[in-house]
Amino acid sequence: MIKTLSVLFHNGRQFIPDVINASLKPPFRGRPIITNVKIDEKKAVELCPVGAISRNPFSIDLGKCVFCGECSIEFPEKIIFTQDYKLATNIRERLIIKEGEDIPITIDKSQIRPDIKKICKKSLKLREISAAGDNSAEWEMNASNNVQFDISRYGIEFVASPRHADGILITGPISQNMAKAVEICYDATPEPQIIILAGTDAISGGIFNGSRAICRDFIKNNHVDLYIPGNPPHPLTIINGLLNLID
Amino acid sequence: MKKKSENLIRTHNCSVIKIKEIPIVDYETFFNLNCNLIQSPERHLSHYFAIEEGKALRIFSIISDDKSREIFVSSTEIDKKKEIPSLTNKFPSFHPFERDIYERFNLKYSDHPWLKPLRYPFYSQEKSMDNYPFFSFDSEELHEVGVGPIHAGVIEPGHFRFICHGEKVLHLEIQLGYQHRGVEELFVKKEKLLERVILSESIAGDTTIGHSTAFANLYERLCGFNTTEDLHFSRALALELERIAIHTGDLSALSGDVAYQLGQAVFGRLRTPIINFTQSWGGNRLGRGLIRPGKINFPFTEELKQSLTDILIEYERDFVEMAETFFLRPSVQARFEKTGTITKDDVFKMGFVGMVAKSCGINRDVRFTHPHGLYKAIKLQPTILQSGDVHARAYLRYQEVLRSIEFIREILQTIPSKISKKDLSDAPLESQSLAISLTEGWRGEICHVALTDKNGKIAAYRIKDPSIHNWFALALAVRNNEISDFPLCNKSFNLSYCGHDL
Repeated sequence: MIKTLSVLFHNGRQFIPDVINASLKPPFRGRPIITNVKIDEKKAVELCPVGAISRNPFSIDLGKCVFCGECSIEFPEKIIFTQDYKLATNIRERLIIKEGEDIPITIDKSQIRPDIKKICKKSLKLREISAAGDNSAEWEMNASNNVQFDISRYGIEFVASPRHADGILITGPISQNMAKAVEICYDATPEPQIIILAGTDAISGGIFNGSRAICRDFIKNNHVDLYIPGNPPHPLTIINGLLNLID
Repeated sequence: MKKKSENLIRTHNCSVIKIKEIPIVDYETFFNLNCNLIQSPERHLSHYFAIEEGKALRIFSIISDDKSREIFVSSTEIDKKKEIPSLTNKFPSFHPFERDIYERFNLKYSDHPWLKPLRYPFYSQEKSMDNYPFFSFDSEELHEVGVGPIHAGVIEPGHFRFICHGEKVLHLEIQLGYQHRGVEELFVKKEKLLERVILSESIAGDTTIGHSTAFANLYERLCGFNTTEDLHFSRALALELERIAIHTGDLSALSGDVAYQLGQAVFGRLRTPIINFTQSWGGNRLGRGLIRPGKINFPFTEELKQSLTDILIEYERDFVEMAETFFLRPSVQARFEKTGTITKDDVFKMGFVGMVAKSCGINRDVRFTHPHGLYKAIKLQPTILQSGDVHARAYLRYQEVLRSIEFIREILQTIPSKISKKDLSDAPLESQSLAISLTEGWRGEICHVALTDKNGKIAAYRIKDPSIHNWFALALAVRNNEISDFPLCNKSFNLSYCGHDL
């Protein structure tokens, strides 16, 4: 008993009181900014291991980016990764960062399905499906619910059965071998059947894009309600993204 | 170092050998040779795989000797259509590897006792996972319990099928493959170095450092690049930080499985300062971006040293207090002790590695038995426990964390000042060679093997996560235990699905 009290005393209060305004320090790589400095653009496109950089206009697609930061090391004046961790959005195009723009990534409230607004206010239950995820995004998903980030204080929970869920959250690029399980799980989820993709692998396939073992049909055939980029997404990215979806 | 003896080649960790120097013997000689090699308790199978050479298959066997620090490479060439006797029948530690060869090339083994698909890769003839040949029984007293592929928690997918008598598990069969992403093929197809680096970081996210270190060490050898002090330093430091972080997280999960909430919360929160430090070093909590062949993008600085020193003092104080409280709880002891026991004999027979071996009294840890880089210079105390149960695997984590902290404090004394910035992206690779690299990830021995063709291009890449050996340990451990102890047993191993499925 005394030992337990001693542990409690020494650990004190751990939760982050304000997850919306918490700040991260460099070299954490959040939303990048692309300046108007002239560089050899072809070289930058070549460099990117996942084809996230394109030209005309020069841009980075955060749905493809693995946040390795190599481009900003090669072209430090052109590409600057800020510590802005609020990366989640419901509009795929908003993940494309263009040259000369410094606009925060936000959710377009008008595009959120009315059902979600009605049913999930202040409570969101999700069934997480790891579909060939490499256990990094899954890891951060679990971390979002530890005593520090404590996502459940906002009424957001990962539940055991799709029957108890408002929607599914997919991590990983979706392997052929998981394609069927994803469909079955999705079908078992009641309305509003939210679909959330967390992590670069889920959004675009990431480094596995083009692998013959991957099957992206589910993503092509269904409407995605929220994209949470990152490799893996930071717990603060996850929490803020989910909060903005139901707030 | 390389000595050519009769039918095999002797080499060591992180080395490159010319393929033509590896003798090709007939299958019978190869079979007997491998039987003789693996018999010794100091040796274990590190890798065993086949590549296609025209109409023939060339099989390579890589066996590591933990005492002499040698690695034995032998090979044979066989006709794909021929049926051959299986090594698994005599030495079951070969079972996942022969299953892989069977699945990849449809090679028939005449007497393999357990010839089933391993991971249902896209190149397999068997397209659907629905018809997996589960072990079945005919009984009115027994029942089956199926779990997964999607589990209740936020974890990776896999299917478990239990055969139970009442609450007691008689048999567990684990069907994997759901996580198959075609990693090995991508290593060959994606030719840019950076692509391969990112791939190596994604083999298993929780072992980002382990696998990217194995890859970097291997690639540097293939380029003929002498790994510099600072690279050795950062890899060893990152590996030990990864070990501390995951072990701490595992202790949190184990607390959760025995409903000890204080342990779950405190161990859970203690992982955070460690992974946050990794983030303050390289920008990512898992260490993505830290390990690169030939260079480091985030050199270790004096400020980082100061910050890590402070973090470790606070961490150690709270960690030890929690762990001492935790392991003395009668409710914890009652659930941990004599649950999910693996014997020394099982380890020898099945070739288990890493924590499973170390909790059964066997020092099978690459850091001591096949050291590379900083592990050669700095002596770490191995942690070896005897009881082989959940308690041993949990306590091993506690002790290993303390050893890792000691090790980190020691290496922090001298931070290498010269920073390597060698760009190896266009460096030519040694042609027609086979490169081997072993790394002790927190789970156990990681083995990467690359084969290059005559133009110095990677022709085949083979990855072995320790989970490939150890999944069967979980199946053995739950036998005769209550099914309600399954989550506890499972977490005490914490094996990788994606590392297995690739």
